[in-house]
Amino acid sequence: MTGAGRASKAPAPGGRVREVTSSGRATPRVALLVGGLVLLVAVAVVSIGIGARSVPPAEVVRALFDFQGTDDHVIVRDVRAPRALLAVAVGAALALAGALIQTLARNPLAEPGILGVTAGAGFAITLGSALGLTGGQVGELGFSIVGSVLAALLVAAVGRRSPLRLVLTGVALTAVLSGVAMGLRLMLPDVFDSYRFWSVGSLAAREQAPLALPLAAIGVCLIGALLLSRALNVLALGESVANTLGASVGRVRIAALALITVLSGAATAVAGPILFVGLIVPHLVRRPAGGSVPWLILYTMVVGPILLLVADIGSRVLLPTGEVPVAVVTAFLGGPMLIWAVRRHGAGAL
Amino acid sequence: MTARLTARDLTLRYGDRVVSTHLSLDVPDGAFTAVVGPNACGKSTLLRALVRLLRPDTGEVRLDGRQVGGYATKALAKQLGFLPQDPLAPDDIKVRQLVGRGRFPHQSLLALWSRQDEDAVAEAMAAAGVEDLADRPVRELSGGQRQRVWMAMVLAQETPCLLLDEPTSFLDITHQYQLLGLLAELRDAGRTVIAVLHDINQACRFADHLIAMKDGRVVAEGAPGTIVDAALIKDVFDLSSVIIPDPVTGTPMVVPTLEGE
Repeated sequence: MTGAGRASKAPAPGGRVREVTSSGRATPRVALLVGGLVLLVAVAVVSIGIGARSVPPAEVVRALFDFQGTDDHVIVRDVRAPRALLAVAVGAALALAGALIQTLARNPLAEPGILGVTAGAGFAITLGSALGLTGGQVGELGFSIVGSVLAALLVAAVGRRSPLRLVLTGVALTAVLSGVAMGLRLMLPDVFDSYRFWSVGSLAAREQAPLALPLAAIGVCLIGALLLSRALNVLALGESVANTLGASVGRVRIAALALITVLSGAATAVAGPILFVGLIVPHLVRRPAGGSVPWLILYTMVVGPILLLVADIGSRVLLPTGEVPVAVVTAFLGGPMLIWAVRRHGAGAL
Repeated sequence: MTARLTARDLTLRYGDRVVSTHLSLDVPDGAFTAVVGPNACGKSTLLRALVRLLRPDTGEVRLDGRQVGGYATKALAKQLGFLPQDPLAPDDIKVRQLVGRGRFPHQSLLALWSRQDEDAVAEAMAAAGVEDLADRPVRELSGGQRQRVWMAMVLAQETPCLLLDEPTSFLDITHQYQLLGLLAELRDAGRTVIAVLHDINQACRFADHLIAMKDGRVVAEGAPGTIVDAALIKDVFDLSSVIIPDPVTGTPMVVPTLEGE
């Protein structure tokens, strides 16, 4: 329990308290959201500026809004800005998918990979390159999208009746697909080599891949999640209450599963498996969201991109030579953050 | 007596276990109906069938002459409010928010929180006596406080008909009587209330209409004063008793006799 929670109990009982809080209630959450957005923009500008050739923030802004065609401007517009956009989209998608799966499975340790999405993409890419079909990034993108969607559909079809079944099916399918894919890679060294590049989730050198479609899909899902959030709010009260409050539980659940699949499938397809963002971001914003799914979703959409942008900056500056894949950075950041979240919220939060 | 909500010839079951067959009843409008009976006699199952959480194998539940299965979920949710036995509250939710969730059937996809929602929530919290708890996390409340908060959630739904599954469990005796008094007030304000109650004496005292169930059947129904006698109690609860008038209200009061002594 934090100080803020305790303070709210302190005022004298009666109508006065209600008056004060009902007018001032939304403000801290809105302020926090605006603050997050400002931070997001700042981090994005810094991220665009940092690299082998660093560009000062003022120049970044000029390159975006008043393009002059200088070398700095070309780097910003053709390389850095797309990469930052990718980080924003992937970060938002993974964090939101995590928030949705945790809400749906009523399990704060759930993450999008639990639907078999990551394993499905990895398996499809391994299979594709074993068959010699994945020519370059376009081919990989196609295989990984198909693989993740098929895996998620299978898990959702078997496990849609109960959250527990969903999780168990996802874990089982993940084990099977990873095992088979691992076997293939061990038998075929060429496949192993090409898989290795994809398997370390990274935002580097992905700018050439056709990103418009996955990014558009992520955008549509962000809106879809907001529209669904109120129904998820009542679904969190249990199936009986949700039903008698007028939510079509079956439909809400299927819609949420579809969103999770597309979000994490698209993110995994363009950036490879990046773990921890989907698991940790919902935990970071759960307290300020205060049990409200719409706010949880809004916050994850802002904090996910911030986390991934910061991790991407780290991936470029941590080593003097070359880059650390961003997935390695998120894992390094994510581990301690998870421990912090558990310690702060107590075991009850997990 | 008129009845908007009726059940005819229901066969109800959970999985393979048949709970009720040929179950029929009317829920009298604007009255407080109490459902009593021993554990596992099908009281909760009946309530779940009435609010469409359980689909009858045969027979039908109708609201205003129309099968409940034919209603849109939100349309039905504006008519029937339901409180299950142990509802589930999300971890960090505060009382006011939980009560606010009761407004869901009145909100469209894009509508923002309205003045009407705000008023309904305030009124519901006042009626259930949880205004002082508004900004407390639900998880920190006692069982009795939590039960009243859930009650406020259902009231915020503003349905003409309330179905409550053992609303007095977890409450101490004072709060039990407060809650029953609240249900009686709601009835006086024109709402239809149907509640599963454990305490037969409380049921007799507060309810206008009593439904006594055993083994999934309705054994007797009617005003408590006309149907409750020692034979009924023996039949339904397998308990020997004498029935005396409640010294305060004059309604039937069941006093068990000591068997085997």
